[in-house]
Amino acid sequence: MSAVETSSGSPDIEVHDFDVIVIGAGGAGLRAAIEAKERGLRTAIVCKSLLGKAHTVMAEGGAAAAMGNVWPEDNWQVHFRDTMRGGKMLNNWRMAQLHAQEAPDRIYELERWGALFDRTKDGRILQRDFGGHRYARLAHVGDRTGLELIRTLQQRAVALDIDVFMECKVLKLLRGDSGVTGAVGYWRPTGDFVAFSAKAVVLATGSVGKAWMYTSNSWESTGDGHAMALWAGADLIDMEAVQFHPTGMVWPLSVRGILVTEGVRGDGGVLRNSEEKRFMFDYIPPMFAAETADTEEEADRWYADHVNNRRPPELLPRDEVARSINSEVKGGRGSPHGGVFLDIASRLPADAIRRRLPSMYHQFMELAGVDITAEMMEVGPTLHYIMGGVRVDADTEATTAPGLFAAGEVAGGMHGANRLGGNSLSDLLVFGRRAGMGAADYAGGRSGGTSLDRAEVVRAVEEALAPFGREGGESPYHIHHDLQETMQNLVGIIRTESELVEALEALDKLDDRAASVSVSGPRAYNPGWNLATDLPSMLAVSRLVATGALNRKESRGGHTRDDYPGPDPELGKVNFVQRLGPDGSYSIDPEPLPQMPPELAALLEDSH
Amino acid sequence: MPEATVTMRVWRGDPGGGQFVEYSLPAQEGEVVLDVVHRIQAGPAPDLACRWNCKAGKCGSCSAEINGVPRLMCMTRMDTLPEGEPVTLTPMRTFPIVRDLVTDVTFNYERARQVPPFQPGPPGPDGTYRMMQIDVERGQEFRKCIECFMCQDVCHVIRDHDENKANYAGPRFFIRYMELESHPLDTNDRRQLIQQRMGLGYCNITKCCTEVCPEHIKITDNGIIPLKERVVDARYDPVAWLGRKILGRKVAPLPPLEDGPSPIHVPPGRGGGRAAATVGAAAVAGGAKPLPGESYWGPPDSDGDGTGGAASAAGSAPEDRTIGES
Repeated sequence: MSAVETSSGSPDIEVHDFDVIVIGAGGAGLRAAIEAKERGLRTAIVCKSLLGKAHTVMAEGGAAAAMGNVWPEDNWQVHFRDTMRGGKMLNNWRMAQLHAQEAPDRIYELERWGALFDRTKDGRILQRDFGGHRYARLAHVGDRTGLELIRTLQQRAVALDIDVFMECKVLKLLRGDSGVTGAVGYWRPTGDFVAFSAKAVVLATGSVGKAWMYTSNSWESTGDGHAMALWAGADLIDMEAVQFHPTGMVWPLSVRGILVTEGVRGDGGVLRNSEEKRFMFDYIPPMFAAETADTEEEADRWYADHVNNRRPPELLPRDEVARSINSEVKGGRGSPHGGVFLDIASRLPADAIRRRLPSMYHQFMELAGVDITAEMMEVGPTLHYIMGGVRVDADTEATTAPGLFAAGEVAGGMHGANRLGGNSLSDLLVFGRRAGMGAADYAGGRSGGTSLDRAEVVRAVEEALAPFGREGGESPYHIHHDLQETMQNLVGIIRTESELVEALEALDKLDDRAASVSVSGPRAYNPGWNLATDLPSMLAVSRLVATGALNRKESRGGHTRDDYPGPDPELGKVNFVQRLGPDGSYSIDPEPLPQMPPELAALLEDSH
Repeated sequence: MPEATVTMRVWRGDPGGGQFVEYSLPAQEGEVVLDVVHRIQAGPAPDLACRWNCKAGKCGSCSAEINGVPRLMCMTRMDTLPEGEPVTLTPMRTFPIVRDLVTDVTFNYERARQVPPFQPGPPGPDGTYRMMQIDVERGQEFRKCIECFMCQDVCHVIRDHDENKANYAGPRFFIRYMELESHPLDTNDRRQLIQQRMGLGYCNITKCCTEVCPEHIKITDNGIIPLKERVVDARYDPVAWLGRKILGRKVAPLPPLEDGPSPIHVPPGRGGGRAAATVGAAAVAGGAKPLPGESYWGPPDSDGDGTGGAASAAGSAPEDRTIGES
């Protein structure tokens, strides 16, 4: 097999022509494709895994939307305010506004497509508390909301007969004089190459987490969309803004990083250190002091009465909680396996825990042998999300590369420097739809067919196949492991200049090693080869994150610099924009944030 | 003290056939089967094919047969398997082999296309719907399904009877139909379709599907049996029968099943398209065309033209395996 096999395969590359292709089939990709298809465009979804398996399926807690079903006091203005403050004001204000205004409609729309959310006593959609949200705002289904969302969208996409290319990895975007004209990739089951010509391309490729060792992300989260956008000449913003979710599993080692939903804390769970102390009361930052309870009594009263009590500190935004856990562990007050304790057992009756958090119950029982209705969980920060991403126009999701659109986690701006829990699922719906509209309008305005640059296709194919031809190179698994170690140790939750410089030097070496990677076996469903083709995008996004982190000399949201511990008001007014120029030259520049209109700015000043 | 080891006997092959290959590695605390597979990939066999995504029991990708029983590799802890014995790992038997532990599950995606979609009645005066928690709970049980397709894999009707696939939806889709049937807002009547086209009558309620469900959905008791009752009620409801008899009222005609090209594309060179062929999915969309010019990556693959790929069940399936069934 091995090298000989590589020269075989289909004699000619398969080409498909569509108006719009959507890369990625998580919530944003499905919603974008539904919108483009409903607007009459020839639309296809191309996804790296089977339909319905994308990372959205792992979202647990819920989708934030100010429907006001539980607290009539809630409205889009409060949601907007919470989102901006949670994002440490680095958010694109227009995205935060559209998101807060449109999220309720997107949730009701899912219900019209068959979703079954949990209900209030009077039969409306029930909403749950989450960190950083003033009111209970998350529409949910137990702790498997992501599954409900992806299944509903998948079933809607199937009902609309949208073309689907499953287990198809996209390697590169193709460009012509007018902008992005398509993409080239390969079928994972056969290793045969396939190209798509399209009038518009929507990136909905999700996250970058697999560049780190401990992450809640699945194997697919290799930053393909971030990297392809960069290579296609699009701008990326604030790539240093990466979120460590405060509560991932820490033991056994094999499950380290798997997500423990914030819903545990939303439903009353509290964090304790090795002395069983609720340590979060020691970490209330001035920005949130006015709205956070400072005694356990007030915090506990809040669950029943949000109006007259302030939120428990366990429900501070994720960046605050993750840093606090990190400090407790470093201070020697951690749990046996290097985390802290999350206690729901002493807070809710066992049957309520099993009903409200069924998959957490099973996850701990089956993977760690821990009964969460009787024992505390051990949890610690895990890489979960990237707030930075491809720069988009807030209304259309158009990137700065003509013909290219981006929605969901791959897009930047919406969440600023830190995302609130629950704002991701609603982001996917709101901006997935808008990207579908934007792409449909763009594609509809272009006549004639698109032609693909054959040389570009050939180059991408040859690059992808090169590892088969090399003798004696390194295994892609070794390079991936070392990349994960580098990012975990040097570009983690707390950063400092010397380590970031060291990380960039290590990335140079990893780039060299990746250039000589070799793989064996056939092309058909070959995970070693598949990983080798994921390495270029993982390395590219790692460099973007490390470079962004080196340049932002302040601490803000998910980006914490040990050598610049506080926020810098001047840096709070800029995005760090990274791009490749037409000649391939790389640059990073601070550019001013879009200016917020005064009536929205006024909403933020209201302290409660 | 000697270091403990784990031994995996992994079926490796393609639609043309295969064999078991043994891998021995040092044991590690708390591991699941998928961890060991990943260590095999990172070490001796980087090309060992295995489908997975979330590694947390939420996506249903890593279904395989572990010591002959369909299970999720990510949720099967090594310390729950017999100590000191090799662990046998084989792909799902009911679906055509792609490679090693990966099977072609296109059959299920084609079946999903045939489900007439959810069709709600008009909303309330405020434009939204009201449903009581107790009324959504039946449907919510079925919507826990992570589409691991292990219930399809274990089902006797199609496990060793490829010929039944064309006329059978399988347990995963019976609970999907039951979910829609029990949805408080749905107005679409699928009962005739279920009975006449989806092969509900083939199921003889052995509950194997329920036993393997990683989400603990009571597929048989809460899904298939009530569905059978509803379908029978529709056919033998005496009032409806009398109505038909006296008023000449006819049962609504069966909606046609789509026979056109499927929007679920499959790679043209994929071997072993058994399931795909039975449901007409093998066709590549009409829009597919080769790039102009000469072929530049070598001679055509003799196995890759789709004609030679339809390996027989006997030729492609791993050795006979038994399932813990009654």
